[in-house]
Amino acid sequence: MKLQPYATFGQKVWFYTFLTIAGGGLLFLVLPILVIMPLSFNGSSFLSYPLDGFSLRWYAEVFQSEVWVRAIKNSLIIGSASAFLATVLGTMAAMGLTQANFRGKGAVNALLVSPMIVPIVISALGLYFFFAEIGLNATYTGLILAHTALGAPFVVITVTATLQGFDNTLMRAASSLGANPVKVFFAVVLPLILPGVVSGALFAFATSFDEVVVVLFSAGPEQRTLPRQMFDGIKENITPAIMAAATLLIAFALALLSVLEYLRRRSEKLNSPS
Amino acid sequence: MEQVSTNNNNQSEGLAQGEDEIPLKLKLKRAERMRKYRAMALIAPLFLFILGVFAIPIAIMMWRAIDNPEVVDNLPQTAIELSNWDGESTPTTALTTAFASDLVKAYEDKTASTVAKRLNYDVSGMRSLVTRTARKFNSTQPAMATMDDFIKADKRWADLRYWQALKRASSSLTPFYVLNAFDMKINDEGQITSVPEGQAIYTNIFWRTMWIAGVVTVGSLLIGFPIAYLLANTSSKVSNLLMFCVLLPFWTSLLVRTSAWVVLLQKNGVVNSTLINLGLINEPMTLLFARPGVYIAFLHLLVPFVVLPLYSVMTSISPAYMRAAESLGAHPAIAFVRVYLPQTLPGIGAGGILAFILAIGYYITPALIGGPQDQMLSYFIANHANSTLNWGLASALGMVLLVTTMILFSIYNRLTGASGVKMG
Amino acid sequence: MSMKKLLSLTIATGALLASASMTAQARDLTVVGWGGASQEVHSNVYFKPFSEKSGAPVIEDSYNGGLAKIKAMVDTNSVTWDAILVEAPDLLRGCENGLFEPIAWDKVGDKAEFIGPAVSECGVGSYVWSVALAYDGDALKDGPKNWADFWDVKKYPGKRGLRKGAKFNLEIALMADGVAPGDVYSVLETAEGQARAFAKLDELKANIQWWEAGAQPPEWLASGDVVMTTAYNGRITNANKEGKNFKISWDGQIYAVDSWAVVAGSENKDKAMDFVAFASQAENQVKFPEGIPYGVTNTKAIAQIPAALSADLPTDKANLENALANDTSFWLDFEQELNERFNSWAAK
Repeated sequence: MKLQPYATFGQKVWFYTFLTIAGGGLLFLVLPILVIMPLSFNGSSFLSYPLDGFSLRWYAEVFQSEVWVRAIKNSLIIGSASAFLATVLGTMAAMGLTQANFRGKGAVNALLVSPMIVPIVISALGLYFFFAEIGLNATYTGLILAHTALGAPFVVITVTATLQGFDNTLMRAASSLGANPVKVFFAVVLPLILPGVVSGALFAFATSFDEVVVVLFSAGPEQRTLPRQMFDGIKENITPAIMAAATLLIAFALALLSVLEYLRRRSEKLNSPS
Repeated sequence: MEQVSTNNNNQSEGLAQGEDEIPLKLKLKRAERMRKYRAMALIAPLFLFILGVFAIPIAIMMWRAIDNPEVVDNLPQTAIELSNWDGESTPTTALTTAFASDLVKAYEDKTASTVAKRLNYDVSGMRSLVTRTARKFNSTQPAMATMDDFIKADKRWADLRYWQALKRASSSLTPFYVLNAFDMKINDEGQITSVPEGQAIYTNIFWRTMWIAGVVTVGSLLIGFPIAYLLANTSSKVSNLLMFCVLLPFWTSLLVRTSAWVVLLQKNGVVNSTLINLGLINEPMTLLFARPGVYIAFLHLLVPFVVLPLYSVMTSISPAYMRAAESLGAHPAIAFVRVYLPQTLPGIGAGGILAFILAIGYYITPALIGGPQDQMLSYFIANHANSTLNWGLASALGMVLLVTTMILFSIYNRLTGASGVKMG
Repeated sequence: MSMKKLLSLTIATGALLASASMTAQARDLTVVGWGGASQEVHSNVYFKPFSEKSGAPVIEDSYNGGLAKIKAMVDTNSVTWDAILVEAPDLLRGCENGLFEPIAWDKVGDKAEFIGPAVSECGVGSYVWSVALAYDGDALKDGPKNWADFWDVKKYPGKRGLRKGAKFNLEIALMADGVAPGDVYSVLETAEGQARAFAKLDELKANIQWWEAGAQPPEWLASGDVVMTTAYNGRITNANKEGKNFKISWDGQIYAVDSWAVVAGSENKDKAMDFVAFASQAENQVKFPEGIPYGVTNTKAIAQIPAALSADLPTDKANLENALANDTSFWLDFEQELNERFNSWAAK
């Protein structure tokens, strides 16, 4: 948007007021995240400005502490295992959902995305009781299964969206040339929908990587994840070490965001008629 | 995988046969059916997975809201005798004897405290009454016990109130927890009434949850609308850069954002010290562990969810309408309200309801940033699940939250289904 | 990606899942303390040396008290805590409800070597701590002397930190209302006394900021969020080691004993008992007050504590004047009911 050269005084005032409001809103969104990052490099243990010199001691504390390292490792294990399962199951389901119509499809769809909508406390409580019955509380398996359920809807949605731009005749062509469906999938379909599958997988990974309520209810001390460790820290004693972990997670979010943006552009290019 | 390939074999066989004799219509129908089966087979694994690992556990949890096993399981004889008792006359010796022997057994099995805890939900003070009585009878081991023996053990037993509470708790299903979640109970006369003023808490909490969610929904629409408008009406280069400001918080861990606000909102934190240095305030404000902090942190979480659908709607609005309205002489403000705003309503509706749904379900952020007076339904569900271990009430409150969410979501679905608003 | 690759990947994931659940079976000894500064000392004095001595890893966890989590673990058959520090009423109640294993006293040692409150069926006392009034001596030159001053919001405007829960606060409210420490529990046993305590807390409600973890009070004093607070005395003294000038008003302090207990059904029961025995030996206990000023329970260790350290301990003679011993049997009877009442009072 631009200010027209012939704008009246009132329009000018309104234009700049509007820019201030919208700009203020954007600053409100990014500033808190940007402001805390330098605090993790603070020389002293205080979480306020001005900084007391530059230091990497809080990063050293995170990487040298057994508890934090274990938490990072746990988050990676649970995140990647659940993202893998969610991606396999979710991609298959998305293929099914886009290939045919059948009665009750709406209900099936609603069930598949329900983990995204149900308030997390309710999911966590239900899983906690359920895992208690079958002995999965305080196990990696339990957490991976739970996070798979929470992450799968994101895969279903992103892959379904990608498949909507997918030309089904390609599959038929491959079949008629004698390829079996598995081969059709890996040779024809997957390369084309890969951006959707990868963003779905990243969504699922991020969901697990950020999830803390199920972990609070169901995990034992051995399965403590990064967000769980942060939760305790914020609750008890918020130190620059937590800001260091937070900064690492922000860097992670940035990387994720860039990959997704790259994938989006790529799929836009693929789908646009050349 | 195997399922799929079998289907395919059938399909190719069908095709081969079809070449000679089967009419085309049938062939098409069969191929269509095959496709359907194959689609279902692809969906089945996730469907069963979500059903087994998600939906059924939640259904079982909901069951706990009406499940009432404590007395029936641990005082079986008493439960039978209680069903014969009219609830008004003096308890018979058959009932008192059964109760005494069940209590002794329960004490030995270490289940007496479970029963006592359940009864205490209904009548405060009954926990100590039951455990003390059980302890006493356990030491005397009476073969028979009359009403007098009970009164001797604790004089409170003379009050029929306690026996009525026992009777109410002796059915295998109970409306108790669900009523409790609405601040209601069944009184000694068997009618549904409100709990006394001082004990009523959950309707208050429910409306508090709705209020906080409502305030932050309106707030995030007010903040999100101009941002979305700016994004939709600027060059794509600028909008890409600005979109980054919206997406970065969206992708940043909830814990990170919450910890950021804890640091910023502290009494001598960045917000207060900046405001003091600018001379805007003299005394630091109380923001953390108070309502303002909760509002601020919620807004920060929700604005991206509002901006994205609004942006998606706004990019599809042709600027020609506004130009037409203005060229016909409408004041820009009026043109905006009468022409532009109505076209964004689906986005406002979708973003608003989405924000509201998310807000009523948040747990971590209010738990870390709010004080006890700022806690919402989720906190009480978690608190009863983990601290007071009143699982029935936790489940009943969960039911309230889940039903509310589902109603809102069906409205959301109708809105987005009709207008095709997309996220992201 | 070929089908074979996909298959092997799936199998690998399955194997990972399986191995993950296998490791859950052979759980390392998990010891649970109170987090923050006291946990650090516990870790240095007990956890790490024990791990070195036994050659097996020790996992640490922390909690904020209460039996709920332990009961949930025992009830749902998912015990992941082995040895744990518990407050006295919780120890007795948990023992009655079968949440703790009986202590193998033959491993721990002679009962007569420990102070009285440290000996019980399911627990071995570890240290004596206190909840007392603390404030920042740099911010308040003429600081509060007692609980009545704590309520004086005119003289000392600002927030006060109190531990979330009924325990300690009801006693403190009554003492602020003029009840002598010796009479606190007899008053609090009556319905009128409880109403009086809640009414007194009501006066201060708008000025209260609730803490749950022991690390919070010194942190809030340092950040200026609260002007004064109740606090575990050891955390306050330890904050002073880092350059703060926090003061403790010992008048009306409430002291209590925390004990080691072993969670019922723990698969590491024997190791946990070994640990409890290790942590109860005089030569290990004596190092504890150096790290954080709490009293210890092994009489041989008490005899070795230097006088300079003693002044900061809740058990020091001067600090015991007008002090209140936390009444275990009172809280055993009333804690759950009063806590429920407290929770609904606080949420309104």
